[in-house]
Amino acid sequence: MTALSLKNVNKSFGPVHVLKDINLEVEDGEFVVFVGPSGCGKSTLLRVIAGLEDATSGEIHIAGEQVNLTPPSKRGIAMVFQSYALYPHLNVRGNLTLALKQERQSKAVIEERVETASRMLGLEPYLDRYPSELSGGQRQRVAIGRAIVRQPKLFLFDEPLSNLDAALRMNTRIEIANLHRQLSASMIYVTHDQTEAMTLADKIVVLRDGRVEQIGSPMDLYNDPANRFVAGFLGAPSMNFLPASTLTPDDPREMGLRPEDIRLEGGGPIAGTVSHVEHLGGDTNVILQTQTTPLTIRLFGQHAIAPGESAQFGYDPARAYYFAQDGQRLR
Amino acid sequence: MNKARTNPLNAFAMHGALILYTLIALFPVFVILINSFKTRKAIFREPLALPDADSFSMIGYQTALKQGDFFLYFQNSLIVTVASLALVLLFGAMAAYALSEYRFKGNTLMGLYLALGIMIPIRIGTVAILEMMVATGLVNTLWALILVYTAQGLPLAVFILSEFMKQVSDDLKNAGRIDGLSEYTIFFRLVLPLVRPAMATVAVFNMIPIWNDLWFPLILAPAEETKTLTLGSQVFIGQFVTDWNAVLSALSMAILPVLILYVIFSRQLIRGITSGAVK
Ligand SMILES: Nc1ncnc2c1ncn2[C@@H]1O[C@H](COP(=O)(O)OP(=O)(O)O)[C@@H](O)[C@H]1O
Ligand SMILES: [Mg+2]
Repeated sequence: MTALSLKNVNKSFGPVHVLKDINLEVEDGEFVVFVGPSGCGKSTLLRVIAGLEDATSGEIHIAGEQVNLTPPSKRGIAMVFQSYALYPHLNVRGNLTLALKQERQSKAVIEERVETASRMLGLEPYLDRYPSELSGGQRQRVAIGRAIVRQPKLFLFDEPLSNLDAALRMNTRIEIANLHRQLSASMIYVTHDQTEAMTLADKIVVLRDGRVEQIGSPMDLYNDPANRFVAGFLGAPSMNFLPASTLTPDDPREMGLRPEDIRLEGGGPIAGTVSHVEHLGGDTNVILQTQTTPLTIRLFGQHAIAPGESAQFGYDPARAYYFAQDGQRLR
Repeated sequence: MNKARTNPLNAFAMHGALILYTLIALFPVFVILINSFKTRKAIFREPLALPDADSFSMIGYQTALKQGDFFLYFQNSLIVTVASLALVLLFGAMAAYALSEYRFKGNTLMGLYLALGIMIPIRIGTVAILEMMVATGLVNTLWALILVYTAQGLPLAVFILSEFMKQVSDDLKNAGRIDGLSEYTIFFRLVLPLVRPAMATVAVFNMIPIWNDLWFPLILAPAEETKTLTLGSQVFIGQFVTDWNAVLSALSMAILPVLILYVIFSRQLIRGITSGAVK
């Protein structure tokens, strides 16, 4: 069964056309990540799915039922917000139970679900605290707990990690992945961070300017991007783009080379001056100023390269990508 | 800011300025208060002297309490002020929420229309208001005053509150919607507590002019049983003779309720600021 399917969904705010003809399926138990630059309409799409905004046109089906006219609380979804959005006047227990009380669940059910969720997230010591007495990470857990207790058909996460610091972000990311495994629930996760997308997703939906650019598994998108935008968006450091004529004369196409597909090669075809080096221990990132463009090169291991040196590099032609002027991939 | 707080000289200057201002602001009140306890002669002989055994007198309070039904005037003023404030806050907040939260045609226009009332004094419409009150039979009722003061307070209330409500997190309201709260619950339980400081501001701004108003009580409700305190005190001020003892005593007593109301609201104001919104 499909947990969510969107058919030709459009959304305009007055004259501003924000979502353009979105078609999308989320299978049961799937972890789908919407990724795209800020302002591309990810949150708007999530709000349309949640029912917080009405779609201007198109159909939204959740678990096989059309929900265009169903209010958010009846759609069988739960949402975790970037700003946590905990109720300031309720303690943690109150935050967790509010939705269940609204649904008129029995006391026993509420008790049991709160217990399960708080055990899963380690919230037991905080149940009587108020949100203002919690740290950012703890608030985030409560927000996730508030979603879990509802046992929704579909979880919606809107950039849940972007207010956390780097270390906490990594931990929480792993926790969300574990949660997905334990609950085997369908989840949609919005982020502008390609690392989060690559590490969490079963399926990535790349959005740009309110349009779906490509849908596929992380490795599919990485190895086989449909266009220049997807190729440049996924992967860190991101793909290098250069006129193909730099390496093969009279080639009008644009060429894409991933930083890790370029290797040191004395007398290789890519030559230039090293302008910057980042020694990361495991990797060495080199910024090479060629005649046309600067290239980012990721070398495995440690290398004694210093800025100002000239160096030559080679690449595997089979791992080069080519794009037409309009950005479409040429195969 | 931090530096200013730690620098003792700056702190001294700041406190000095604030204390000076407090003294200047409180001085007239102080003069009214001490003179209300003095004999008429003492008031004129030494207006700034404290009452002593010789000059002490309660005559002003006695006159004020004997003349007319002072407790009724008190009660009227209190009812009118509290009811008007409650209505201004309730309807002002509701209108402000609608304007800031919902997108509908004419939203901006409606906001401007409501803000227009800030610039046009309501007294310009006194004649029309009086005609309306006569037509509806509300003349000489407290309702006449409550309705007028509510109308008078709404524009500024809507203006201030809608600015504050725009700042309440959308995520919080949306979380409420997803959890199945009604729009009313979201408004009363989530949004209103977060704009409490703004509500207190609006209340304080509206309270004093309503309490002190003479114009509308005189025109709309001059009857004995609907007189407000300000109107009631006027009997002591005559064209030729003014009973200063009674006037000062009446004024002293009139300060009290406002002071109490102010303390209530300012506490809210401070609590609202310090507890703040949780992100
Ligand atoms: N309520 C709204 N009214 C008008 N425009 C909006 C509204 N909400 C979002 N937008 C516009 O829609 C676009 C997408 O916004 P959003 O979905 O928040 O982007 P993202 O979450 O991908 O950063 C933005 O250009 C934004 O200005
Ligand atoms: Mg967003």
